[in-house]
Amino acid sequence: MRIYILITALLLTPGWLLAAEGEMPYEFSPDLSDQSALQRGARTFVNYCLTCHSASYMRYNRMGQDIGIPDSVLLENFMFGTDKVGDTMQIAMTPSSAEQYFGISTPDLSVIARARGPEWLYNYLMTFYLDSSRPFGVNNLVFKDVAMPHVLWELQGWQKAVYVEEAGEDGLPVRSIDHLELMEEPAGKPAAYQNESYEQTVSDLVNFMVYLGEPIKLKRGSFGVWVILYLMFLLVIVYFLKKEYWKDIHE
Amino acid sequence: MIKYILALRDWIDARFPLIEEWNKHAGQYYAPKNFNFWYYFGVLSMVVLVIQIVTGIWLTMNYKPSADLAFASVEYIMRDVEWGWWIRYMHSTGASAFFIVVYLHMYRAMLYGSYKRPRELIWLIGMLIYFTLMGEAFFGYLLPWGQMSYWGAQVIISLFGALPIIGDDLSLWIRGDFVVSDVTLNRFFALHVIALPLVLCGLVVAHILALHEVGSNNPDGVEIKEHKDENGIPLDGIPFHPYYTVKDTVGVVIFLILFAAVVFFWPEMNGYFIEHANFVPADPLKTPEHIAPVWYFTPFYAILRAVPSQLGGVIAMGLATVLFCFLPWLDRSKVKSIRYRGMNYKLALTAFTISFIGLGWLGMQAPTPLFTWMARGFSFVYFMFFLLMPLYTSIDNDKPVPDRVRF
Repeated sequence: MRIYILITALLLTPGWLLAAEGEMPYEFSPDLSDQSALQRGARTFVNYCLTCHSASYMRYNRMGQDIGIPDSVLLENFMFGTDKVGDTMQIAMTPSSAEQYFGISTPDLSVIARARGPEWLYNYLMTFYLDSSRPFGVNNLVFKDVAMPHVLWELQGWQKAVYVEEAGEDGLPVRSIDHLELMEEPAGKPAAYQNESYEQTVSDLVNFMVYLGEPIKLKRGSFGVWVILYLMFLLVIVYFLKKEYWKDIHE
Repeated sequence: MIKYILALRDWIDARFPLIEEWNKHAGQYYAPKNFNFWYYFGVLSMVVLVIQIVTGIWLTMNYKPSADLAFASVEYIMRDVEWGWWIRYMHSTGASAFFIVVYLHMYRAMLYGSYKRPRELIWLIGMLIYFTLMGEAFFGYLLPWGQMSYWGAQVIISLFGALPIIGDDLSLWIRGDFVVSDVTLNRFFALHVIALPLVLCGLVVAHILALHEVGSNNPDGVEIKEHKDENGIPLDGIPFHPYYTVKDTVGVVIFLILFAAVVFFWPEMNGYFIEHANFVPADPLKTPEHIAPVWYFTPFYAILRAVPSQLGGVIAMGLATVLFCFLPWLDRSKVKSIRYRGMNYKLALTAFTISFIGLGWLGMQAPTPLFTWMARGFSFVYFMFFLLMPLYTSIDNDKPVPDRVRF
C-alpha cells in the first residue's frame, strides 16, 4: 500500500492564481459524453448522497430519460423514498433534524456543481482526512472544518495528513499539511472498498452532479450548432443583399 | 392581392400619417453614407432591448416574485418549462450584451464627437437611457434570489445609507424593510418588469426622434446637411431604407451568431455573465466571502472601493457616471471626429480607455493593497480625462476638417 496523494501540484502551478481558491491538489474537468459514467455517478449519488441531501429540482424520470435509465430500473434501483417516477428527489430528513445531527441543515445538491464548480467538488470528495478534533473524526482539505462525515469512507478507506514544519513570518515554526496519505487497508475491510478505482467513482459522481446542475447541458450544444449554421446561411444571403443594394452607392 | 394590400395602406394612410412617418424616419431619412463598424451598436441596442422585453415577458409567466419561491421558480424554468432554459439564458446573456453594445455605442460618440452641438440633447437622453438601464439591471439581478443577488442588493442599497442625514431613512425606504427581504424582492420585481421598461422605451423613442431631428453624425464629423443638392437632399446622405436597413441586417445577423454562441455554449461565460455564487439560494445570515457586482458595474465599484471614506466613495462613484453628461460642454475642440483631432485628445482618450478597462478588471478582484493603489491611479486618470478636458481640448493641435465626408 503505497498510494501517496500528493498535493505538490499546487507548488507547480502559479501559486497566486490558486491562492484565493483554497488548496486544490487534484485537477479535474468534467466530461458528460460518457453515458454509462453518468449512470454510475447517478447510482453513487442516490445511494450515498440522497439520504441526507435532497436534489429537489430534479425529477427521477427526467434523469432517466436524459441518461438512459428506463422507468422500471429507476423504480427498482434508484428510488428509495417514492414510487412515482415524476417526483423530484426529496429526502425524508427535515432541515431541523439535520441541524440536530450535524449542527447545520444539509444543502440541496441540485445546483451545487454550478455553485462550487466541478473541480472543487472532485477535490472535496477526494480529500477527507482523519482529524480527531472534529465531531465525525474527519476534516477536509478544501472545506475546512466541514460538518459532513466522510460518507464514502468505505469506498476510499481513510486518509491521514502528513505535516511539515516551516518557519513562519515571525520565525516561529508553523505546522501545516504537506499531503494526505491513504492508510493501510481499514480493519475489517468493507465489502465496498475500492482502493484505486475510488478516483473513478468520484469522477463519475462529479460528472453526474454537473449534469444534475444543468440537465439541458447534454443537449444545448447540439441545438446551438443548428442555430448557428442557420444564422451563417442567413448571413451569406443578407451579405449579398447588402452588396447588391450598395452597388449604386459605391459607384 | 397586392391591390387589396395597397387599398388597406391607403385606408390607413387617410386616417394615420403612415407614409409620412415612414418617409420621415426611414424612406427619406438621409443618413451619411460613410458609417463604419462603430455605427452598428445603435441598432444592436434596439435588438437587445427587444430580446430582453420578449424573453422577459415569457420569464414572467413562470417566475414567482417571493422570497420562498423565487430561487426554485428559476430552476423550474431551467428544467420543467419547455425551452425555459433557452429563454432564461437569452435574458441573462442579453443583460450583459446590452451593456456591451451600449458601452460601445457610447464609445463611438466619444470617438467621433457625436455628443457635440447640435446633438447635445441626444447625448443627454442617451445618458438617461444608460442610468435607467443600470437601474433595470440592478433590480433584475435581485430576482433570481441567489446569494450574489441578495448581498449585491444589500451592498448597493447600503451605499445610500452613507449619505448624511437622510441616508438611513432613504435606504430603509428603498428596501421597505430593515434588511433585503420578500418586500424588497416584490417591489424590485415591479420596478424591473413594468416601471423601468416603460421609461426605457419612452426614452428610446425620444432618443431616436431627437436624432432624426438633427440628423446623424458620421466618422468624419462633418455635417452632411451643409451640402445639399437642388432638391434639398444632402449630397453625402443616402436614404436609411433600403441602404442602412440591409446593411444593419448584416450586423444584426453577425451579432446574433455571437449571441447564440454564448447562449448555447457558454451561458455562464465562466462566471462573468452568471456568477457562480448565485447558484446558492439567498441566505440573510451568511455573507459570501467576496461580493462582486456583475462585470458591467465593476469600473464604478472599483472607484467606490478606491476612496478611503465610504461617503467619498459613493460621491466619487456617482460622479464617475454623471460626468459623462457634461461631455458636450467640457469638450472645447471645434473638431468632432478623432480623425482630425490633435494629439491631446487622442492621448487622453487612450488613457481613459485603459483606466476604464483597468478599473473594470480591478472591480472583480478581491482588494489587496497593490490593487487598491492601482485603482486609485486609474480613478485619478478617469476623473482627469473629464476635469482637464476644457483645457487640453482648447489648446489641441487639431487638423483641418474636410468639407465633405471621405468615402
